[in-house]
Amino acid sequence: MTVGTPDNLASSTRGGVGQSPRRPDGTRKVTGQFAYSSDLWHDDMLWGVTLRSPHPHARIRSIDIGAALATSGVYAVLTHEDVPGIKYYGLEENDQPVLAVDTVRYQGEAVALVAADHPETARRAMHEIVVNYEVLDPLTDPVRAALDPEAPALHEHGNVVRHQPVRVGDVPSARSRADVVVTGEYEIGMQDQAFLGPESGLAVPGEDGGVDLYVATQWMHTDLREIAPCLGLPEEKVRMTLSGVGGAFGAREDLSMQVHAAMLAMHTGRPIKIVYNREESFYGHVHRHPAKMRYEHGATADGRIVYATARIVLDGGAYASSTTNVVGNAASLGVGPYIVPNVEIDAYGVYTNNPPCGAMRGFGAVQACYAYESQMDKLARELELHPLDVRRINAIHQGAAIATGQVVDTPAPMREMIDRLRDAPLPEAVDSGDVRNLPGGVSNTTHGEGVRRGIGYGVGLKNICFSEGFDDYSTARVRLEVVGGEPAVLVHTAAAEVGQGLVTLQGQIARTELGVERVSIAPADTQVGDAGSSSASRQSYMTGGAVKRACEAVRDRLFQLAAERFDVPADQLSLSGGKLVSEHSGVLVALADLLGDEAIEETREFHHRPTTGMDPVTGQGDTHTQLALCIHRAVVDVDVELGLLKVVDLTAVQDVGTVLNRVSLEGQIHGGTAQGLGLAVMEEIQLADGKLANPSFTDYLIPTILDMPPMRLDILERADPNAPYGLRGAGEPSTLSSTPAIAAAIRDATGLQIDRVPVRPHDIVHPVTG
Amino acid sequence: MSDKHTITVTVNGHVYTDDCEARMTLADFLRRQCGLTGTHLGCEHGVCGACTVFLDDVAVRSCLTFAVQADGARISTVEGLAEGDELNTLQKSFQEHHGLQCGFCTPGMLICATELLRDNPNPTETEVREGISGVLCRCTGYDGIVKSVMAAADSQRDGVSESGSIS
Repeated sequence: MTVGTPDNLASSTRGGVGQSPRRPDGTRKVTGQFAYSSDLWHDDMLWGVTLRSPHPHARIRSIDIGAALATSGVYAVLTHEDVPGIKYYGLEENDQPVLAVDTVRYQGEAVALVAADHPETARRAMHEIVVNYEVLDPLTDPVRAALDPEAPALHEHGNVVRHQPVRVGDVPSARSRADVVVTGEYEIGMQDQAFLGPESGLAVPGEDGGVDLYVATQWMHTDLREIAPCLGLPEEKVRMTLSGVGGAFGAREDLSMQVHAAMLAMHTGRPIKIVYNREESFYGHVHRHPAKMRYEHGATADGRIVYATARIVLDGGAYASSTTNVVGNAASLGVGPYIVPNVEIDAYGVYTNNPPCGAMRGFGAVQACYAYESQMDKLARELELHPLDVRRINAIHQGAAIATGQVVDTPAPMREMIDRLRDAPLPEAVDSGDVRNLPGGVSNTTHGEGVRRGIGYGVGLKNICFSEGFDDYSTARVRLEVVGGEPAVLVHTAAAEVGQGLVTLQGQIARTELGVERVSIAPADTQVGDAGSSSASRQSYMTGGAVKRACEAVRDRLFQLAAERFDVPADQLSLSGGKLVSEHSGVLVALADLLGDEAIEETREFHHRPTTGMDPVTGQGDTHTQLALCIHRAVVDVDVELGLLKVVDLTAVQDVGTVLNRVSLEGQIHGGTAQGLGLAVMEEIQLADGKLANPSFTDYLIPTILDMPPMRLDILERADPNAPYGLRGAGEPSTLSSTPAIAAAIRDATGLQIDRVPVRPHDIVHPVTG
Repeated sequence: MSDKHTITVTVNGHVYTDDCEARMTLADFLRRQCGLTGTHLGCEHGVCGACTVFLDDVAVRSCLTFAVQADGARISTVEGLAEGDELNTLQKSFQEHHGLQCGFCTPGMLICATELLRDNPNPTETEVREGISGVLCRCTGYDGIVKSVMAAADSQRDGVSESGSIS
């Protein structure tokens, strides 16, 4: 038997790769024992709160902390003058102040901190801080920020964080060969990740002058690289432990309360707890970049795309966060999973005085996908083709190139996926006599006379893992020893379990590779090497790869040990059911007997294959490690009189390379689809002159169970030979394709353009025409 | 600071007597005074439902209930669902059918589903969806949650009890 190859996954150790064992954190999560970052408590702790700017753009003339500091029960009031180290941080650029220095650039920007012995005391004192602002006009139009040289510069180096062109072939001459041309201007609103567990954590001052941080985050080592310089501490004096994470979806890739709590802890010598409430959470993390996109596609009469142009403007808000990479994704995936011989894309990410935008599930690719898929539907109408046919005619496949010139060198079964979706059964008509079945449910005041049903499709292409030449890696430490007479494995990484089930998968991999059922996952902390971020659908690939590699190293040492002791060739050994097996002599020895008191521990890094950057002029390059496809069909009932709608059915086909854990995988596709549904029909942070109008769950709506229809999934396994076990990252692709599919279904039902998401009732009842 | 009130509540069978301010929510009382942090605060304005608990057998939002309103009441939280060291049928089912990912909504889901199955042991899928529609989940797309509740209803009907000791 060989261990851990895709061929024999299902037959390996119980609870191994390919099976769906229970989550190791499941018992604690269903009994209320699992400690989220907001549950942390220290008997000596103080409560920290953050004063935030009420203005999207202002100069700070002065800050008077006297009255706040004099409040009984207050231990500290801190401003930028108290930042012990460098005053700025950022994921990609150090442009965001820990606390505003002389300017605030968005509403909600952190200005001062208070620590007190009671959260209400801290809040009361916070209101005693007097900040004298000189209010400035906010720059809120991202297109103006991108293209108008007269627009005021919000940062020293101007307002354009990144402009990435893509140039392929000769668009002007291709235009003359096009039989049909379709154009569109598309807009996507600002979506919030809306994880349920607000930002929170505990900072405990250390006796060595350092600090211990217990926080909910996505990438501890990059947090550490940002936090330590701000605190004026070497990285080894900032010790981070992951506490329970109540969802992430990109919003925890940037810092929130980490430096603030640490500053207060170092200043007061007391543990500090900071917990945002929901309103503060809306101000306290980055959002998905809103986008304005102008597209043009030309095709021949037989449906072949001959060229595409796109101008994509992504609003990064006040600070850079991950805007650089969001632009890279939007540009490189700007025409999607289609073969387009002539391309001109200009993708911009800009600074404005809107809230900062950064990572959210599918970033950059989500925005472009809505636009290019809307274009595919326009092409289909012009060409009088079925929407699936125009997509099928132009579909990428293994051996074809995407817009960057990168040849897809692993399976890309888009045509097969389209054909499977075409054959999926459609839902039956609903009983409109039951008002609950109508769009709007019981709030629908009609008898459904205005209800029309539409069907729409969407295909998305997402890069998996970090792109553009980033040396992306993860680290795992695996220890095998005998505990209580049984072999047991301990897996230790810094990878963030944010709900996705990585802890389950780490155990599965260890069981498969070492043939041992008893596996524990150590708490994630910075006492082991960098695991990279729980983002970009990368942790199964990267940390999964690192755990696999560390297990292989442990296994090699076991085989050597056995080879010496039993005088058998090491390459004829395998592990199964806690025993060492020789190809010729059968069971040699139980692991427990072989190991005795000895522990075998190995630490390994896993790097994915290298990628290149994008050429700054042409955008060309092999920039992505892996690409993943998902395709959705949506069926939507629209009440054209009331502007209400109901998504009746969603069917998805996704290629995942290899299924490592089916229930976990399905949960990712369902959850990703639901967030795409939210973006299509309800989720938007509404801004007026840079100010948030709806920072609450009463006014920022996310899908309830009644908004989310039952789903059908068709999961393909076309293994990627470059990836561990042949897997393909699966967290994000469904978030891309569900939005345009739902928008297309609304278009089909109403005949309207639907060139903006989320679709609001007045977009249906009073559409802007022209 | 405002005047303190002394209240007595019975939570999961244990009697707690403590002082609290009039403005203190039941959620904060449970989390801070009783140390029962299984009741989660996702929005603190009554929308997300993660803080749902039983107040005298009725599921309520503990973030919208003042602690003083609960004086003398019997409260059950997620920590009180297990039967000794044994997970109850719903808890097992959420494990088995992947009814959670990050798990932050899970306490609210479990309490609402408990009330639903108590009042309607044979729910249709539509009734399950309606019964737990007051709790938001951001991770799962709800599919695993519906499966979990339906399967728990099946198990309760069949009197099937799988092993699921707390370890």
